[in-house]
Amino acid sequence: MRRVVITGLGLVTPLGADVETAWKNIIAAKSGAGTIARFDATDFHTNYACEVKPADHEYGFDAGKRVDHKIQRQVDPFIVFGIDAAGQALEDAGLTDMSEEERLRAGCSIGSGIGGLPGIESESLVLASKGPKRVSPHFVHGRLINLISGQVSIKYGLMGPNHAVVTACSTGAHSIGDAARMIAMDDADVMLAGGAESAICPIGIAGFGQARALSTGFRDEPWRASRPYDKDRDGFVMGEGAGVVCLEEYEHAKARGAKMYAEVIGYGLSGDAYHVTAPHPEGSGAFRAMQMAVRKSGLTLEEIDYVNAHGTSTPLGDELELGAVRRLFGDAIGGLSMSSTKSAIGHLLGGAGAVESIFCVLAMRDGIVPPTLNLDNPSDNCAGVDLVPHKAKERKVRAVLNNSFGFGGTNASLVMRAI
Amino acid sequence: MSETADRVKKIVVEHLGVEADKVTEDASFIDDLGADSLDIVELVMAFEEEFGVEIPDDAAEKITTVKDAISYIDEHKG
Repeated sequence: MRRVVITGLGLVTPLGADVETAWKNIIAAKSGAGTIARFDATDFHTNYACEVKPADHEYGFDAGKRVDHKIQRQVDPFIVFGIDAAGQALEDAGLTDMSEEERLRAGCSIGSGIGGLPGIESESLVLASKGPKRVSPHFVHGRLINLISGQVSIKYGLMGPNHAVVTACSTGAHSIGDAARMIAMDDADVMLAGGAESAICPIGIAGFGQARALSTGFRDEPWRASRPYDKDRDGFVMGEGAGVVCLEEYEHAKARGAKMYAEVIGYGLSGDAYHVTAPHPEGSGAFRAMQMAVRKSGLTLEEIDYVNAHGTSTPLGDELELGAVRRLFGDAIGGLSMSSTKSAIGHLLGGAGAVESIFCVLAMRDGIVPPTLNLDNPSDNCAGVDLVPHKAKERKVRAVLNNSFGFGGTNASLVMRAI
Repeated sequence: MSETADRVKKIVVEHLGVEADKVTEDASFIDDLGADSLDIVELVMAFEEEFGVEIPDDAAEKITTVKDAISYIDEHKG
């Protein structure tokens, strides 16, 4: 089987719109949460989220850097975030000037959980108030989930596989896993893979609020709201942004002397077959996804040093995941560190798995694991597991496991190791 | 330059993201300003909103330059 390595990274997050800024802020234990700035959410279930900051902010996002003005106007923010993160990854890999022959073997697998919700909302209001003749002619292709992959392929001339995963909060991890398989199966040599989301809009907050999924109790101190594994957690904090990695066939990367961050060695997928929003009460789907990823990796459990947890800060999900990790790792859990970076940047939904995979890669590169913020009073089930409370921790990280679980009962796990 | 021309050019600059000095009256939306057919649909919508005119599809098809737009609007606005 052809080996698959990561040769480029791209991030747009609430704590920074490039890889090094976001990572520095994650390690410094900063929070990206705040009162929602883009609309007045006072009367909603919750009024806070982790928004990507505007360009004039210390670690804000400048859409004009990589996305044409015209495209910015026509498409939803998740596509803009995705194009930018993909561009970062391609630049980081040094692959912006590929020959036509190379570009025939380079593709995209960048998905989203929800897609263009803000635009669907606003154009529906236009339809209701002004009629069908005022709906934007760019409405459809400015909201479709596969239009990150579409836009990126057009911008960079990538003519290989063009794919987009839609598996709710597992999207980012599935995207990377599926794209790695495309390279392993010889469909492509290079794949930009990841996920993006931007659903912090009135209908998005209302919808997740009505599903009783959001944290609601921290209006005065939103930075304390995302608190995975803590006794006082009360739901997830919505985040937004994008993560894209450049995946490359090992020999292809080696031949051109590319830097290699990590190798993707294990991918596991499963379905809960239980409930649309609630996780399986025994965490069986999570367990089987992790188990498959570890089995495919060929590693022993003792060789995995860090788990970037799904850990969304919901009352049910966190402990079920922790229980599944505990059952899988058995005695090996003593050597493991496990944290949830959603405590800092919130839940990026379809972007989460990709953004968190990048944090895993950086943890291996720098020998430091990111913290779980706000873990003041761990749940009773947390005893004996290093959840990296409050502060980043320096340690050797040889291999990592990244978990993502989504509505519909869809689970994805990735195992990566340092080169 | 007429007031209509000023407002038309402003809309074109905003929608197509082009430099203002490229938006001459003779400029073709597609050949000179990088628009595609859907961009023109959007521009026509914006002109209708801005000037309170209705531009039917058969008339919109004949609007290919900045000058065409200005002339149509001047002839039809209330």
